[in-house]
Amino acid sequence: MAWTWQTGVFFALLALALVVMSLLAIYRPEVPRRGILGFATTRGDRLFVSVLGGAYIFILWMRFGGGSLWYPLAGTILFGIAMFRFA
Amino acid sequence: MPDKPLNNKAWFLVLPVLGFVLFSSLVPMMTVVNYAFQDTMGQNHFFWNGIAWFRHLLDPSTDSGQRFAGALTRTLLFSLAVLAIEIPLGIAVALCMPRHGRAIGPLLVVIALPMLIPWNVVGTMWQIFARQDIGLLGAALNGLGIPFNDTQYPVSAWSTILMMDVWHWTSMVVLLCYAGLRAIPDAFYQAARIDGARRWAVFINIELPKLHRVLVIAVLLRFMESFMIYTEPFVVTGGGPGEATSFLSLDLVKTALGQLDLGNAAAMSLVYLLISLTVCWVFFTAMTQIDRRREG
Repeated sequence: MAWTWQTGVFFALLALALVVMSLLAIYRPEVPRRGILGFATTRGDRLFVSVLGGAYIFILWMRFGGGSLWYPLAGTILFGIAMFRFA
Repeated sequence: MPDKPLNNKAWFLVLPVLGFVLFSSLVPMMTVVNYAFQDTMGQNHFFWNGIAWFRHLLDPSTDSGQRFAGALTRTLLFSLAVLAIEIPLGIAVALCMPRHGRAIGPLLVVIALPMLIPWNVVGTMWQIFARQDIGLLGAALNGLGIPFNDTQYPVSAWSTILMMDVWHWTSMVVLLCYAGLRAIPDAFYQAARIDGARRWAVFINIELPKLHRVLVIAVLLRFMESFMIYTEPFVVTGGGPGEATSFLSLDLVKTALGQLDLGNAAAMSLVYLLISLTVCWVFFTAMTQIDRRREG
């Protein structure tokens, strides 16, 4: 499978996010809430949108900017926070 | 609330499925992600390549970038053309079908027939059908003086593949729309008749809104399937003439298995996956929102 530690960290973080989400769903159940996306979202929706949007941020960065990858990472984190806060 | 004890242990019954999915899709996908960041000289020996594959792929001034942009444009165009033809055509055919009577059963079977034919068989049928020496379509068109050759002219190749997809999959849109139409109670039509509504008004105000949900499903299914189309163009044109019908999936297989260019192909398939995932999510959200609004 040709693992590297970078891809390992990536998948470990994804798995961790899923575990945290499951634990939150068990111990802190929630009701869907309506935000700037215009429809009711749950935590899972917001995580999905954050990850998907993050992928696009990275792709657009590589397409148009192209400098250090720390900038899109910061952008992704900000986007994720915004999604969890307002979506 | 009933006083039943909640027992979530039944969730463990999905474990075998999880295991299966793990080995059939999750682990292979992880492997693709791994390949996307590495390069190899063969011998199963890989070395770190960072995001170079993605850089090349997304930069239209490089070779692979140009190829990718071309294939992506062609695939999107193909999907849009398929939707633009099959959805209206499917609705029209469904509207023309009888709602009652004995003919329905045989009619539905006949309409469903193309969907039962495997992709490569459909491809072979149309490949022969379009041939200019022995194929009915190709020979007839050339006999009429219209130059048609799907191995030489891009327009011929595109129209063959489009016609083939319309022939193969419009039935699905028809069946979905027909089911949607059948679900409309007669009272709606009676009310329209009392109001003296014209046929067009009935279609716009009653039938189309009621078809909303099945149409979302039809558009999603047709988009995804045409976006991933592989076997039929592979059999009919093989991506040619030149690169004219070389869609993303064809190009991907060419890169991965033809040139054994694993890193490039892996980066390509990840971007491909991202687009599919986005479209799926948009449609899924739209579908669930329609349901929720109807309930609420």
